[in-house]
Amino acid sequence: METPKLNSLYQQLILEHYRSPRNKGELEDGTVEVHLNNPVCGDEIRLQLRIEDDHIADAKFVGQGCSISQAAVSMMTSLLKGASLAEADGVAARFTDMMHGDEDAAKDKSLGDLRALAGVSKFPVRIKCALLGFEALQKALKESHAGETH
Amino acid sequence: MGMSTSTLGRDTRDAQQMTFDPVQLRAQFPALDQEINGKPLVYLDSAATSQKPRSVIEALDAYYQHDNANVHRGIHELSRRATEGYEGARAKVASWIGAARPEEIVFTRGTTEAINLVANAWGLDHVGEGDEIVLSVLEHHSNIVPWQLLAHRTGAKLRYIELDDQGRLRLDDLPRLLNDRTKIVTFSHVSNSLGTVNPVKEITAAAHAVGALVVVDGAQGAVHSKVDVQDLGVDCYAFSGHKMCGPTGCGALWARHDLLEAMSPYQGGGEMIHVVGRDESTWAAVPHKFEAGTPNISGAIGMGAAVDFLAGIGMEAIESHERQVLEYALDQVRGVDGVTVYGPDSLDERSAVVSFTLGDAHPHDISTILDAEGVAIRAGHHCAQLVMKHFGVAATARASFYLYNTKDDVDRLIDGLGSVGGIFG
Repeated sequence: METPKLNSLYQQLILEHYRSPRNKGELEDGTVEVHLNNPVCGDEIRLQLRIEDDHIADAKFVGQGCSISQAAVSMMTSLLKGASLAEADGVAARFTDMMHGDEDAAKDKSLGDLRALAGVSKFPVRIKCALLGFEALQKALKESHAGETH
Repeated sequence: MGMSTSTLGRDTRDAQQMTFDPVQLRAQFPALDQEINGKPLVYLDSAATSQKPRSVIEALDAYYQHDNANVHRGIHELSRRATEGYEGARAKVASWIGAARPEEIVFTRGTTEAINLVANAWGLDHVGEGDEIVLSVLEHHSNIVPWQLLAHRTGAKLRYIELDDQGRLRLDDLPRLLNDRTKIVTFSHVSNSLGTVNPVKEITAAAHAVGALVVVDGAQGAVHSKVDVQDLGVDCYAFSGHKMCGPTGCGALWARHDLLEAMSPYQGGGEMIHVVGRDESTWAAVPHKFEAGTPNISGAIGMGAAVDFLAGIGMEAIESHERQVLEYALDQVRGVDGVTVYGPDSLDERSAVVSFTLGDAHPHDISTILDAEGVAIRAGHHCAQLVMKHFGVAATARASFYLYNTKDDVDRLIDGLGSVGGIFG
């Protein structure tokens, strides 16, 4: 098997988001909150969204974990603030495709900075790290939707 | 005829050398002879599970190739051989840890099941509301959760021995923790997350003074040095075969014979009964009373072969070699910029584990980078979340050493940590 290259994994942009995460902290006026952790490795993310009508008006997170999990959620919140719920769903699906090795997804401009995480797909045991934030997002969108229809 | 075709009675010690040579020893472990990501494998994760020597793999192979049958009740030749192999393994394991008789060894799936066995079979009969179970913050989850389950079912209370800043048990607290309501005192012989070696005799004496049962998690204890359960004076000692060169899925509970005799069964099923009636049954003699169902026959035989392997080398020689490697490793790892090492300062209080963090590089990232260099370590909470919490970290990187590791392996680890510094520095 070809040796995966570390520099394809640890891109500068990832390390930069890890060290200076965007949107980290408490969201005072959030409408939905999801807390997920990975019991295997202890990575943890609490994602808070303020959803107004059909878009994400604000997004913040609190968490701890490896560079991949924390950079991914930092990039995700940056990209999705202001996005419509449909766009957020689309980004989550596209990002998941990229994690499963879809090379077209890795070139999709709609993923923004998240494309820097394309190399994670070559490190199977780390894919769950990158997906943790998006799992929280998908759960939050679902809960928010359920709340509306009641 | 037939007897001579059995491979089970063979003494696998014949294959061992008598002088300690880690390079030659290493050559007996086929899995260590490979490249990972283009680099020779350096395996520093033996505290999770050890690699297996050829003699153990061959014992498993020989059993399935020649002697496979169910144990005990069979009259035919293969069943006789399987029974001989299984019970022979029990005798080897018993003698290896200093049991008074083979019947004091109950084969289990591993340490975890052995602890659950005591918590259920002894605990449910002897622990009641208001009673107390004393354990420590140092424990692996497998020596916490079974007692939580017992406490919830009985109304007993858990009390914890805290840790000091070197990850040692604060034994000055023992007099405050122990009283006549203390029914069980349980702790690890050696910590899996930090390598702390606990003073078993001292704690046991204090626990016995209040009449408590002493249960020791020996998963990391029976592995690196000679254990004599009678000398330690404990009541129960749980350990796993797979951390001491044996196959996964087989471990053992040692407990004093009179204690096992007095204990209720753990699981019900075949093998553990004497006579079964419609409403009542009677139990088989110890230890079979605790071994319901077809046991892990090959696993036990493999564990017996592992005992032969280790006994052939000599635990004193293994301990002395590991101490040299550990001393070198601690020295080298502490010398890396940005490293914090957790656990006792003194080598006398430490087993072959180096648990550390490095700057702001998360342990998972450290492990991924080391893996790219062919160096296998473990990263995470090591099933010891209370220890992580004590030190205020979410995870550590852990390099653990065994008889086949050398100072060269430590050098490769240090080189790998240089790569971590290159990316995260």
